[in-house]
Amino acid sequence: MDSVFYTLQDFFTHSKGMTYVLMGAALVAMTAMWNFLVARDEKDWPE
Amino acid sequence: MMSEEAIAGNKSLFTPFNLVAGIIVLMGVLLTILRFTGGLGAITNLSDNNPWGIWISFDLLCGVALAAGGYTTSAACYIFGLKKYHSAVRPAILTAFLGYALVVLALHYDVGRPWRLPYPIFVQQGTTSVLFEVGLCVFLYLTVLLIEYSPAALEWLGLKKVRNIVVKLTLVLTIFGVILSTMHQSSLGALFLIAPSKVHPLWYSTYLPVFFFVSSIFAGLSMVIFESTLSHHYFHDKMDDTHLKENRHVTFGFAKAACWVLGGYFVMKVFGISMDNNWHYLGTSYGLWFLVEILGFVALPCFLYAVAVREKNVRLIKWTALWTVLGIVVNRFNVSMIAFNWQLPSSERYFPHWMEIGVTVFLITVFIIAFRFIAKRMPIFYEHPEYRDTH
Amino acid sequence: MSITRRRFLGWMGAAGMGLTVGRPANAAGNKNFSGYPESIGVLHDMTRCIGCRKCEAACNEINKLPAPEQPFDDLSVLDNKRRTDATTYTVVNRYDGIQGADGPIYRKVQCNHCQEPACASACFVRAFNKTEKGAVTYDASVCVGCRYCMIACPFYVPAYEYNEPLEPRIMKCTLCYPRLMDGKLPGCVEICPKEALTFGKRDDLITIARERIRSFPEQYVQHIYGEHEMGGTNWLYVSGVPFSALGMREDLGVTPAPKLTSGALASVPVIAGLWPVLLTGIYAVSKRKDKIAAQERRQAVKAALTQASADAESKLSKALEQAELKHKRLLEVEVKKAVEEATANNEEENS
Repeated sequence: MDSVFYTLQDFFTHSKGMTYVLMGAALVAMTAMWNFLVARDEKDWPE
Repeated sequence: MMSEEAIAGNKSLFTPFNLVAGIIVLMGVLLTILRFTGGLGAITNLSDNNPWGIWISFDLLCGVALAAGGYTTSAACYIFGLKKYHSAVRPAILTAFLGYALVVLALHYDVGRPWRLPYPIFVQQGTTSVLFEVGLCVFLYLTVLLIEYSPAALEWLGLKKVRNIVVKLTLVLTIFGVILSTMHQSSLGALFLIAPSKVHPLWYSTYLPVFFFVSSIFAGLSMVIFESTLSHHYFHDKMDDTHLKENRHVTFGFAKAACWVLGGYFVMKVFGISMDNNWHYLGTSYGLWFLVEILGFVALPCFLYAVAVREKNVRLIKWTALWTVLGIVVNRFNVSMIAFNWQLPSSERYFPHWMEIGVTVFLITVFIIAFRFIAKRMPIFYEHPEYRDTH
Repeated sequence: MSITRRRFLGWMGAAGMGLTVGRPANAAGNKNFSGYPESIGVLHDMTRCIGCRKCEAACNEINKLPAPEQPFDDLSVLDNKRRTDATTYTVVNRYDGIQGADGPIYRKVQCNHCQEPACASACFVRAFNKTEKGAVTYDASVCVGCRYCMIACPFYVPAYEYNEPLEPRIMKCTLCYPRLMDGKLPGCVEICPKEALTFGKRDDLITIARERIRSFPEQYVQHIYGEHEMGGTNWLYVSGVPFSALGMREDLGVTPAPKLTSGALASVPVIAGLWPVLLTGIYAVSKRKDKIAAQERRQAVKAALTQASADAESKLSKALEQAELKHKRLLEVEVKKAVEEATANNEEENS
């Protein structure tokens, strides 16, 4: 990451590649977060 | 030469369907051999100026757009909670799954080295490319569709425990499916953003991704209605009461939704022209064809769906659905083949080779054969008695 | 291990100090991309080209391309406009009858080795690479053959081996990259007899071209083609006649190809980040609505049942009351009857 980017193409290759990886991580993280959020919700049919 | 039906009730192998399908499959096999012994040049009219032909315009672009019924139907049922559409989900998912599988199969004919199709994901990633995003999403979505389809197969195979685990994943898969579908439906439009000098101004727009995504919604809804019409004709004996009862609700509900989205899409198309101030192109011959597309294949079906819903005219809905599907084909052809390279002299324009059409017909036939095989044996149009009310 | 207040404050202090030290944010943050500084290019002066096709011959030989149907010294080939193809990295075209020109004008066509190549942007396996040297190279060992690069190139340069069944390649000018790395000139430049091709650093070539135009303003159109087109190319052109007359498009704009699709690609992370929130939200709302509707239904049923049982009970108690009354009356009647009978019997006995 120390390198200078001489072309827009190189910059985008780097930044978009990083973003794709983060997208995958985000989807996993959000699933975990959702489970955490609703874990103690009442079940559907409280009697 | 029909063989006599045995007293045990064996069906003859030489039904009209099998005969026609068999001939087409045979032709497909021959064309496949030619493709991989003679190269693309042996069976296509592709050229250096026209690298993409109907295998891209129809098999890929239309195939993906028309398979959109999978994500729209499952979203309606599981995310929006419209449970009355439940019986439409499995047929829609099957259509989508087989549709995407056939798209991938078609790509094996079109790309120069199909065994390298996994390369962009697993070997070297061209992350600046819209096509990379398309490939990644299609790969992931085909997997999602396979899993969403699998309960039907698992029920058929009697694998109860696995089936029950998979069914628990429905909501997550549906959400993931909508995410992936939004991405790749829009990206198929975005593919053409890189060639502004080659696409006619009336079709080139920054909104191309929006156009492709929004139109995929009513393409999918209309395809569900169309497929349901055909299925009712050929698989009626496989449909259970729930499916038959809900069908009317599905038809009207989807027609209403398609109408509404068509309206929004029409408005967006007009904005596309106004934003780039391209009104003067409407007076040209390409302009006339553009008007045919948005008036005849967008505004008209929007209006017809509305009339049909108001008058409770099921027959009109079904014909409008077919017309809408045709309109999608017209649009995808326009962007990728007719408005593309519009500035080249006519001697350098592309027209498909009959063998390209032959391969496409072959692939559609394979789709129908697979659909028929599955629909006749697996719980697609009916609920398996052992799993009733467990969705 | 519990943290003492002192230790905690110590850590915070260290972290704060750490923020003040460090290397300056380096050019991973630069937003202006002006290409590799030592980038090599070629200046094609179309007032000098005589259409001898020696460059085509040199290219063919150096790259070991198959021999063409008509030999390179056959100038009748120039009667037709040609483009690059699977066996031809470069062609020379002749343009006749141009207004303001004394005779035919010739133009050499080949890959322009763009500063921000559309082919590189479009390729989903990174088969194209803009090298430091300036040449845009193609790596056939990863190419899948999707031909999106051919769609993307605004100059219609890449060609494809459509007749190769198993190992088809994209074919295009390499700027003789191996020769460049060897310190040699590209084949076409070396052989050109009229100095229509000038080789050097791109920046220098632009200076030379500007100087040429400045020195001979009647001879040249006041524009260096390739200086800004599509973000700039390494193959530059100067001409005595309008470029559009030579089949060169002047409406390509200056936007580099990566910028053309970056907007659409930027929407992808938005979908990945926000759709889960939106869709799960809709699901949760819809589920909640169902839950409340079910609750209300249950309550209504309960109330109806309670009401029904209350009604039934009141009915029952009323009926019981009435029955009791009836029973009482009946008793009274019986008693009366018995008393009357007894009285009658008594009277009979006494008489």
